[in-house]
Amino acid sequence: MSTSKVGYDDTYDLQSKRLSIKKPDVRYDKQGEMTDDERVHKAMVHFAKDFGTTAAAYLDSCIHCGMCADACHYYVATGDPKYTPIWKLEPFKQAYKREASPFAFFYRLFGLKKKVTVEELEEWQHLLYDSCTVCGRCSLICPMGIDVASLVSTARHGMFKAGLVPHELHAVAERAEIDGSPLGVTKTVFADRLEWMEDEHEVDINIDKEQADILVVMSSIEIQKYPDSMAATAKILNAAGEDWTFRTDGFEATNFGMLSGNLDWQRDMSMRVINAAVKIGAKLVLLPECGHAYMALRWMGGNMYGKPLPFKVQHVSEYLADALNSGKIKVRKVDKSVTFHDPCQVSRRGGATRAPREIFKHLGVELRELPNGGDYNWCCGGGGGVVTIHRADELRYKVFKLKMEQVEATEAEALYSSCANCRQTFDDCQSHYKWDYTAESLLELVADSLQEDAA
Amino acid sequence: MDLLEFARGPALQLSIYVLLAGSIWRVLGIALLQSKPDYSEPRQAGGLGGALKVIWSRAFTAPAFKKATMYSKTLGYTLHIGLFVTIFFFVPHILFFKGIFGVSWPGLPNSAIFFVGVITVGVALALLIRRMTHPVLRLISNFDDYFSWFVTILPVATGLIIPIRFGVRYETLLAIHILSVALLLVWLPFSKLAHTFLIFMSRGTTGAILVRRGAKT
Repeated sequence: MSTSKVGYDDTYDLQSKRLSIKKPDVRYDKQGEMTDDERVHKAMVHFAKDFGTTAAAYLDSCIHCGMCADACHYYVATGDPKYTPIWKLEPFKQAYKREASPFAFFYRLFGLKKKVTVEELEEWQHLLYDSCTVCGRCSLICPMGIDVASLVSTARHGMFKAGLVPHELHAVAERAEIDGSPLGVTKTVFADRLEWMEDEHEVDINIDKEQADILVVMSSIEIQKYPDSMAATAKILNAAGEDWTFRTDGFEATNFGMLSGNLDWQRDMSMRVINAAVKIGAKLVLLPECGHAYMALRWMGGNMYGKPLPFKVQHVSEYLADALNSGKIKVRKVDKSVTFHDPCQVSRRGGATRAPREIFKHLGVELRELPNGGDYNWCCGGGGGVVTIHRADELRYKVFKLKMEQVEATEAEALYSSCANCRQTFDDCQSHYKWDYTAESLLELVADSLQEDAA
Repeated sequence: MDLLEFARGPALQLSIYVLLAGSIWRVLGIALLQSKPDYSEPRQAGGLGGALKVIWSRAFTAPAFKKATMYSKTLGYTLHIGLFVTIFFFVPHILFFKGIFGVSWPGLPNSAIFFVGVITVGVALALLIRRMTHPVLRLISNFDDYFSWFVTILPVATGLIIPIRFGVRYETLLAIHILSVALLLVWLPFSKLAHTFLIFMSRGTTGAILVRRGAKT
């Protein structure tokens, strides 16, 4: 049990298929004491605060063609027009036109854009959080090239400042800020679980080395739910002869500050890892099988740090592809047909789509790509913090049907992914639908297939 | 000064000034907002090359989206090509441009232009019906969408009427046609029609950012 600063009690539910806090009896989807006007004002000001040329170019260019709806799993699965991606920005679009656009004075003078109300923002909380995984598929269909996903993230900054974040997402983000983990992984818990894995898998795990070339970080989802990932990573790095370590002062890869829309927390969470890496003189921070961690550190870490990071950042799939290509590690052939679910933030949004395919080539499996997979893959439906939100469950299950159809079409023997958050979403939906496929870990497949003597 | 003189003279001139001033204001209003440096280590060069890549590549539809967007994209492209052909390949228009810019190019026969014009209006009507009936488009559409449709198609429609006459004087019809063009030019920079130039900004922005990451564009 932990008591939130915002005044509600939340208990982690670590037994369920997906990890979050337990379903709240009473929901607190509004945080802080503010008048309605203050909330609206804060949402708009903080939206406008990060407003730069990029967001303005996007919001000014929309021609209302509606094509983004056809790329969005929420619209495609439900047919409900409110899930049209650009509609999710509507109050913020109005605010932009009124407050910051080139013709703002004109809109205000003639009262052409109504002021946004708190009721609208509360309604939009569902659209900006429960029904957007920030997967960026819509960004690829837009004929104007508008990156709608980045606008949703910007809108979430305003929503956080206005205290309008879904209860569970706010709770886990706050735990991450205070405790260093969204799922209750303290330094002691982390060290204990590493020790357990060390015994269980008879693998040497390095903890808190003072100097190391590689700092390895993990997501709390893995630490709590898929701890074998930690052993798999250690086994591979040992086989590759790397100088590496876990650090108890910087182990958490997830960034719920980013997902919830709190830039200050996002910075704090990134800085824990960055500081630990700098302290040990790391040349590489190795990110785990976690999609948004890649976005947070690989593509936003330097911007949180305020200068280029003094080390490289790789997703574990990129590291594995490099290590296999260079012969640092070798794997036995695996005789089966597989399909792969690309995590949005690593592949489509992050640019590392090739890495898993190179790994599969080394494994000699028969890779059956998902129809419209790879960069155009349907999101699992659990990204962007959505999987934590209980009231979003029904919708998430509905959306997952697209994923099931996609996977079933391949008739592959096994399904792999390289994101623990995707995997827990698959687990949860698998149990909901009594589905045959389980999303397994690509990292663990490599670790299990390692030719240790050949390395 | 009769109506035609007014349309050809001050009305058209003023509309061009408004078009230019409004467009410059709109572009500067966006470009002069803050832009934050990106400190992440690029996977490859983004910048201008990335911008140009996406400005070009987004003209094509990815196979994953072909089925869903086939109808509206076919209509959309036909509308744009129709507008382009009728504006730039009608012989009197070419003479008009020659008067301003001093250069000319071969035109198409009047009958061909008339045919393209009719197709353009037909396609525009189909797009309007789609906007008014498709649940997504109904929800997201506003005054700008409908009025922009109107001012875009008005010059085509008024142009098509000129040879038919309906008993009205040629000069009057021509004046109405030119005034409709003036309305279009005045409305363009303040509306969604500004996508004629904003398309380069939005596609370019995405290209510069996402190509740098090596992400899918």
